[in-house]
Amino acid sequence: MDYKINKIKEQLMSGSITRREFAQRLMVLGIAGSSAGTLLTWADKAQAGAKRGGRLRAGIAHGSTTDSLDPGTYENGFMSKINYAIQNHLGEVDHTGSMSPELAESWDPQNGAKTWVFNLRKGVEFHNGKSLDSDDVIASFQHHMGETKSPAKSLLKQVSSIRKDGKYTVVFELTGGNADFPFVASDYHIAIKPSKGGKIDPTDGIGTGPYVLNKLEMGVRFFGKRNPNYFKADRGWFNELEMLSIVDPTARSNALATGEVDVIDRVDLKTAHLLARKSGIKVEETTGTKHYTFPMRTDTAPFDDNNVRLALKHAVNRDEIVEKVLFGHGVVGNDHPIAPSNPFHAASLEQRTYDPDKARFYAKKAGGVKVKLSAADAAFPGAVDAAVLYREHAAAAGIDIEVVREPSDGYWSNVWMKKPWGACYWGGRPTEDWMFSTAYMGGASWNDTFWKNDRFDKLLIEARAETNQNKRREMYFEMQQIVRDKGGVVVPMFANYVFGTTDKIAHGTMAGNWDMDGDKFHERWWYS
Amino acid sequence: MINILKIVAQRIALGLLTLFAISLLITFGVELLPGDLAESILGQGATPETVKVFRTELGLDKPAHLRYLSWLAGMATGDMGVSLANKREISELIGLRLSNTIFLGSFAATIAVPLALFLGILAALYRNTLYDRAVNTFTLTSISFPEFFVAYILILFFAIKLSWFPGISNVSRDLPLGDKLYRTILPAATLTLVVVAHMMRMTRAAIINLLSSPFIEMARLKGIRPMKIIMRHALPNALAPIVNVIALNLAYLVVGVVIVEVVFVYPGLGQLMVDSVSKRDIPVVQACSMIFATVYILLNLSADIISIVTNPRLLHPR
Repeated sequence: MDYKINKIKEQLMSGSITRREFAQRLMVLGIAGSSAGTLLTWADKAQAGAKRGGRLRAGIAHGSTTDSLDPGTYENGFMSKINYAIQNHLGEVDHTGSMSPELAESWDPQNGAKTWVFNLRKGVEFHNGKSLDSDDVIASFQHHMGETKSPAKSLLKQVSSIRKDGKYTVVFELTGGNADFPFVASDYHIAIKPSKGGKIDPTDGIGTGPYVLNKLEMGVRFFGKRNPNYFKADRGWFNELEMLSIVDPTARSNALATGEVDVIDRVDLKTAHLLARKSGIKVEETTGTKHYTFPMRTDTAPFDDNNVRLALKHAVNRDEIVEKVLFGHGVVGNDHPIAPSNPFHAASLEQRTYDPDKARFYAKKAGGVKVKLSAADAAFPGAVDAAVLYREHAAAAGIDIEVVREPSDGYWSNVWMKKPWGACYWGGRPTEDWMFSTAYMGGASWNDTFWKNDRFDKLLIEARAETNQNKRREMYFEMQQIVRDKGGVVVPMFANYVFGTTDKIAHGTMAGNWDMDGDKFHERWWYS
Repeated sequence: MINILKIVAQRIALGLLTLFAISLLITFGVELLPGDLAESILGQGATPETVKVFRTELGLDKPAHLRYLSWLAGMATGDMGVSLANKREISELIGLRLSNTIFLGSFAATIAVPLALFLGILAALYRNTLYDRAVNTFTLTSISFPEFFVAYILILFFAIKLSWFPGISNVSRDLPLGDKLYRTILPAATLTLVVVAHMMRMTRAAIINLLSSPFIEMARLKGIRPMKIIMRHALPNALAPIVNVIALNLAYLVVGVVIVEVVFVYPGLGQLMVDSVSKRDIPVVQACSMIFATVYILLNLSADIISIVTNPRLLHPR
């Protein structure tokens, strides 16, 4: 077996295979998940030249005085970055989009991926001195299960039981096989915190992360000092971390331009090119799984007629929307939520384009299309502009769209999943199964198109437990095709994460799962 | 003297009544807004199950009037309660933000009020000259621009082009006073530009109004210098309307500066209020509105008292 692994390692080093193929070939040999990740990290030379020191000051676009440290309530970028600064999870998504070990040093599927055994790293300490063991992991998971307000509850419904098998081993029993369970177990909500008598204290701010919480003014400022006992030797390069919540985009750009901060996220797209022109500033972007959608309620007329849906899908000029709303910082979408960076993305599925004739054809079959589109900038920045553009594109096909501008305040309570056609955004998920299960499975709580397709649901369950990569690829291809052709959502674009840094900040290859290197910029970047 | 005390007592009693009315209005106003705290905080993460658990946890399933009464009882004993969003003591949450807001307001006021009085007196002295017209035009223009526009112009010139001052007011509790003042110069300057016009023009108008009175004519006939006439004879009599305008603007400096706080990222009470309203965190909204209302009432009260004290006819009514 070893010679086979060495041969594959050589192929990777010489560049004759890509990293993705490297991981896939290892999986064929039966080396899944963490072990493959370890081999990849070994081959990874991206951290060469990193050095310690300095205070990193970041200007973040979100943050509100009503935020809380409770992991069940993390819903904005500020809390997400604090999450990864002070806490860790069982695994993390690396720059190839695969799962890499973090607090769990390895994991093994058994019993057709229905049982998962996680082996924890030994010798990890929380900021309060307590050593990490299985009790902490179990308590951290249970905070999000049962009677809880955490959104991770529906994600963890697939876990039928958790038990410990010794001080450093945790065994999960699932209700059905899931080959992607390590991704689920590393969901950003499930931060591992110290357990006291079987429960965690959700707001104590204690974790195992690279920075120790020193001062926190909710919605204003986070200040942390480097954790001297951090278990990752090659992470956490800054001595101090200061994160400021700067909601106003102009103030945020100014803060970077005048040197008040070293990095900012959510660069205002309209002025990104001007910011990049300034000396000493770099504007960077990563393409991940973030996408913007226009979900139609397939349970409400006229969207229950697939001809109407197809007419509308052909009536939007995706390239123009990417150019005018994203200013080119993105790629076109193909009416399904799977991004080019997802492992089983259907690259060969024909890309839908703007076709007024086809749109007219489907509209005629449906007996004419006259609909209302509800939009607000709370859905995604530029949603109202995109809706207005959509209206113009559709008018050329004889389709009448009335754009209704909704108030941003209360958008998620009153418009999303209530009005027949609206706008929405998704951060996306690292695996196809997760994305589809969250929003496309029949009856899922966030299925905003209220869509149900029996073949799709059947394939979803089968693909989840399927360990043969080729079979899985075929199944996900078919599922993407079904969503594209029969589903209720128009996905015109995937948006890049665009952020700005000064010239003095350096980094390796970045992950695209969240903004700013998977929201882990503070542990992965350094001052050059 | 007893009259003053009687008047103050009356005003305070009226003030309390006003506060009570305001608390009712605010509470039921926010209740009328769609959605509630549980849905707003969980955002896209709100499913019917998680929302229900959150609501029970916070006691939001009790009817509105019961919650209001228990809040009122708490307020009467000085307990502002606990923020629904993150369970922190509201008094602690507001304490820091309130002191920040008052700091910025005082800073702006110490620049704006003397400046406005000075400009107004000079404008009255040199009325209808070029100086008078120039000052009027400039201050009217600055008050007509929206605050964020004024703020952006100041940032453009002083923070970016000249780099004299920082572009954002990154102020925290443990900074020395000098640092704090340095970082808040631009927001204070913005606020000054916004409030000076009102006070200056009222000063000018009140003084000019008096200049046709007999006693001023007498002073002029006696040969007193114009500046002395204004300072010793006109100004003390004009104080009543001027003080009222100053009080109004001081109240604005505490209560109405949300936009400046957002642009300069200054951690004040206005931003807290806006965040709490959009998350429907009712106890915090109520506490903030009580504070704002109290500020207005106290400042108006002081203005009234000063008006009375400077007017012997009101001080000793027959």
